[in-house]
Amino acid sequence: MVDRSQVAESVEPLVRMEQLGVRFGRQQVLRDLDLSIARGQTVAVIGESGCGKTVLLKTIIGLLRPTQGTVCFDGQDVYRLSQRELTRTRIRFGFLFQQAALFDSMTVAQNVAFPLRQHSSRPEREIREIVLARLAEVGLPESVVGKKPAELSGGMRKRVGLARALALEPEIILYDEPTTGLDPIMSDVINELILSTRRRHPVTSIVVTHDMHTTKKVADRVVMLYPLTRLRPGEPQILFDGPPSQIDRAEDRRVRQFVQGEAGERLMEMRGVNGGGSEEGLGIGD
Amino acid sequence: MANSLHATTVSGGSAGRRGGPVRWLVDWIADLGDVVIGWVTGLGSISVFSFQTLQWLFSRLPRKETLLPAFYQIGVLSLPVVALTGTFIGIILAVQSYAQFRLMNLETRLGAVINMSLVRELGPVLAATMLAGRVGSSMAAELGTMRVTEQIDALASMGANPISYLVVPRFLACLILIPCLTVMADFMGVVGAAYYSVYVLQIDWFHYIHNSAQFVGLFDLFSGVVKSLSFGAAIALIGCHRGFHCDAGAEGVGKAATAAFVQSFCVILFLDMVLNILLDAIYLMLWPRAPSLI
Repeated sequence: MVDRSQVAESVEPLVRMEQLGVRFGRQQVLRDLDLSIARGQTVAVIGESGCGKTVLLKTIIGLLRPTQGTVCFDGQDVYRLSQRELTRTRIRFGFLFQQAALFDSMTVAQNVAFPLRQHSSRPEREIREIVLARLAEVGLPESVVGKKPAELSGGMRKRVGLARALALEPEIILYDEPTTGLDPIMSDVINELILSTRRRHPVTSIVVTHDMHTTKKVADRVVMLYPLTRLRPGEPQILFDGPPSQIDRAEDRRVRQFVQGEAGERLMEMRGVNGGGSEEGLGIGD
Repeated sequence: MANSLHATTVSGGSAGRRGGPVRWLVDWIADLGDVVIGWVTGLGSISVFSFQTLQWLFSRLPRKETLLPAFYQIGVLSLPVVALTGTFIGIILAVQSYAQFRLMNLETRLGAVINMSLVRELGPVLAATMLAGRVGSSMAAELGTMRVTEQIDALASMGANPISYLVVPRFLACLILIPCLTVMADFMGVVGAAYYSVYVLQIDWFHYIHNSAQFVGLFDLFSGVVKSLSFGAAIALIGCHRGFHCDAGAEGVGKAATAAFVQSFCVILFLDMVLNILLDAIYLMLWPRAPSLI
């Protein structure tokens, strides 16, 4: 039986990473990663803290230069583009940051309007209409437009971040832990927004998360990364790549443990019972 | 078995003793190498950063929306503190010099010396020091917080160049407004010194002003402005660079702000020395018969 993720991969991928490696000083975070993401797919990248999920996202959009391998977006190597071409490529992305990364000095409206003002010469009235439409899409009332990010709750900040990411109607949206730090209801609101965004706009989505509820609800493909410090030499960093329905029955014990949230073996390692004395990553690219 | 173990331990120990000074030397060279590499990397990093800032400055002027807040933050909000600094420098110079000049009955020449010191040296250096603290540290802390909270990454991800958007307006504001603030500090110092000398020290105002006007020339004002231009550029570049390369967390932001001030202060003093030598050479080239300025 051929699953949906395999069908999607047979079409020309929108994002293709080949032998990707990222190293910070002496710490290798990603190693020999081969990953292709097809147009229209929603891929959840899961894994423990420090396994390089955020680093992967930032490498895709050209914020972090890989130390090895290539990242191609729509057939073009992101790191061989000129500054102007890279800017044009980045406009095709929307990025929802972990803490939303709203500009403190600007109001909600100015935040959402930022990419519009930066890359278009639309009249102010039109910009305001788009801002209100995007805010309405994420369920925020008109009354928030004049507020500063500091006056908003965590969930509202995430929603403003999503409205800003959607402002230029991107082809691909990168979500960096969209539900982290939110209560279960607000987490589900964000999950629903990810789904409704996909219904409204034909977008490709990469969702970095360690929330299995989000993974099972929004993704049609799951990729699980594992921290290099805890892998055996030569072992591939991707432990699982398949549909969410199969992750519970994954062959690798470490995948099942992650899905079920079992800390038993990890606790033993941390206490040094196994003699391994495992080291936590430096927290880069959680 | 026991003997062999003992032998191993003894031989290991003697090897340790033999390796001691060698190991210490190797460690010392490695530490020195780390420091040198750190310095060279830092210098290279700020050089590239400065080059990119100049490149963006000449390729695209910043928008009014980014320029005006930078001018307001750096220029308008610094006015009171710079005016106060200038006034007190002038008064302190008058208080300190008066006793010496009175001994030689030269107190009417007090204005000339104070104004010369203010315009050529103390005004630019002390105003720049004050601004390195107020403006440089604040830029490093603000941009550092933006780095830590991923706001700089957010800017880049939306296709805006962070150097063009964040650094160029601050650089321009410092470059234009720090010389203006210095001229104002000079003016306040001159006025403060004149007020104190005439009204408190009872020096004849006519001679005070007459002598002051005779001594300070346009070249003195020019050299003060040239110095403050370079100090302004240094404060902006160092403050923004520290902010952009800030380490994670509150500690990283604090360190960036402190480093911005300390590095700016050292660079201000170094630039002051270099510019004094350079301006003196220019002065002698233009007026070969005049006595050297330094």
